[in-house]
Amino acid sequence: MIREFTRNKMALAGSIFILIMITFALLAPIIAPYGPTDIDIKNILSAPSHAHIFGTDTLGRDIFSRIVYGSRISLSIGFIAVGIAVIMGVLIGSIAGYYGGKVESVLMRFVDIMLCFPTFFLILAVIAVLEPSIFNIMIVIGATGWMSVARLVRAEVLSLKERDYVTCASVMGASDAWIIFRHLIPNAIAPVLVSATLGIGGAILTESALSFLGIGVQPPTPSWGNILMDGKSTLGVAWWLTIFPGVFITLTVLSYNLLGEALRDLLDPRLKQCVDDRFSLTTNLTVRHPDPE
Amino acid sequence: MLTYISRRLLGLLPVFLGITLISFFVIHLAPGKPTDIQTSLNPKVSYEARVRMEKLYGLDKPVYVQYLSWLKRFATFDFGRSYVDDRPVSTKIAERIPITLLINVLALILILAIGIPLGAIAAVKRGSAFDKLTTIFVFIGFSTPEFWIALLSMSLFGISLAWLPISGIKSLDFEYFGFFGKVFDVMKHLALPVCISAFGALAGISRYMRSSMIGVIHQDYIRTARAKGLSEAAVIYKHALKNAILPIITLLGLSVPGLIGGSVIFESIFAIPGMGRLFYESVMSRDYPTIMGVLSIGAILTLLGNFLADIAYYYADPRISLRPEKEL
Repeated sequence: MIREFTRNKMALAGSIFILIMITFALLAPIIAPYGPTDIDIKNILSAPSHAHIFGTDTLGRDIFSRIVYGSRISLSIGFIAVGIAVIMGVLIGSIAGYYGGKVESVLMRFVDIMLCFPTFFLILAVIAVLEPSIFNIMIVIGATGWMSVARLVRAEVLSLKERDYVTCASVMGASDAWIIFRHLIPNAIAPVLVSATLGIGGAILTESALSFLGIGVQPPTPSWGNILMDGKSTLGVAWWLTIFPGVFITLTVLSYNLLGEALRDLLDPRLKQCVDDRFSLTTNLTVRHPDPE
Repeated sequence: MLTYISRRLLGLLPVFLGITLISFFVIHLAPGKPTDIQTSLNPKVSYEARVRMEKLYGLDKPVYVQYLSWLKRFATFDFGRSYVDDRPVSTKIAERIPITLLINVLALILILAIGIPLGAIAAVKRGSAFDKLTTIFVFIGFSTPEFWIALLSMSLFGISLAWLPISGIKSLDFEYFGFFGKVFDVMKHLALPVCISAFGALAGISRYMRSSMIGVIHQDYIRTARAKGLSEAAVIYKHALKNAILPIITLLGLSVPGLIGGSVIFESIFAIPGMGRLFYESVMSRDYPTIMGVLSIGAILTLLGNFLADIAYYYADPRISLRPEKEL
């Protein structure tokens, strides 16, 4: 399985980049040459040089250091938001699939409603009305991103619950909760893993868009999005403020997408036979639109 | 057919109610009130004045009462008045909506005009250099933040090359142009926003088109078409393409929320006075009636998009029966 994985060079490159980013996030104080908020009035907007490899911003802060520290924010928002989405989606999907009937139709109606939301509008409204804090961003992105997971899990559970081992468990007197958590969810988790990996990329994109609009992570805390916000005002003067954070966002999201694709091929042998169903309608719709877009 | 349409429309009603209910409660249950700026933050305002102000806006009642009265007024197309400038919300939205619709419709046309051929050709020439190139393009399209692309193209086309204007929708001397001059001027201003808002969805559409086309090519009727001696072009463009486009119709309906959401970002980058910008401003000033108004209009547009896609699908695919579907 691992050999197969390493044969996919793109996915390998993606995972290596993700590992680098995780190292950045964990060892930020060691890797970053300066503090993320160290102001250096003498070196305002200096172009990339030996001392500042990615240049400095309007307050003379080192862009590379800010990107390294920003990776902490972006990655943790990605992981935790998707974690929330997965927990919600798995619970709602498995309950809907297992119980069927009225419970199912109410829950799936709710999924339909959430899918029709202009999600980004809702995120924007909630964050602005609450307070734009990292914690709130994680929760809101998670709470608006669980629908595709719920659909996936429900579909899996629907077919799994007819299997003999589930009937056997229920004849032996297992409780519903035991069957759901012990038998159904573990067997339905493979497509969720794929969807979650792709979702991390989406969450990072949403966070950066929010921060870029000024209602995400608040300055002076660096996030990739709000470094770009600084870049907007100096667009014609300091290209390095715009280029570098954008490249990091793109590469990170790209890595998660490549990894997710590879996982899908790997974990789901049924899909492997028809690799071109990768972008199948049900699984991938909400990934890009954090709605986002 | 008519009963089908009316049944579908009726089915949209609970979804719409659900959307407005969730938005209303989320917005109104959040801590803080829109009157805080004038009251708590202003030491000169007495407690009585604050209570009077909350009463004026109806904020003193329980949330569900507020929601019901909002809903009652909404049914008569009365969206209330803006807390910011006391103008009717419906007027404010009506001023802003045409430009947003224009940009999104143009973007959709662009997405279809490029995405469908791109995906179809990639599918037909599967494994070729062209296919690999589009795959790379798709992955980049999926992974790049659109506002970043917007910034880069602004600096390239707007500042370095100075081909296109980078903000607003009209030049300063707009009034002095003739009719065609005016059209050309608006087009020039909209070129960047339209192209960039098409960019992200383009990747998705071309990818789905590719997989849909590959699925179709392996069908029996394509083999039949080949077997009866049709030319390859006729097989691909007459038989395969028509069938492969069908799923794209549904996808278009589903891409509406993304486009509407994206307009917030584009309109604030390019300083376009559209609905997204209005939403951003009203969110910033906690203008509840305007927030609710824009959210509901957005929801209506989304539902309408899905609905039209369904109807179009029905016309395009005779296999679809009119029974109410349980799935999707």
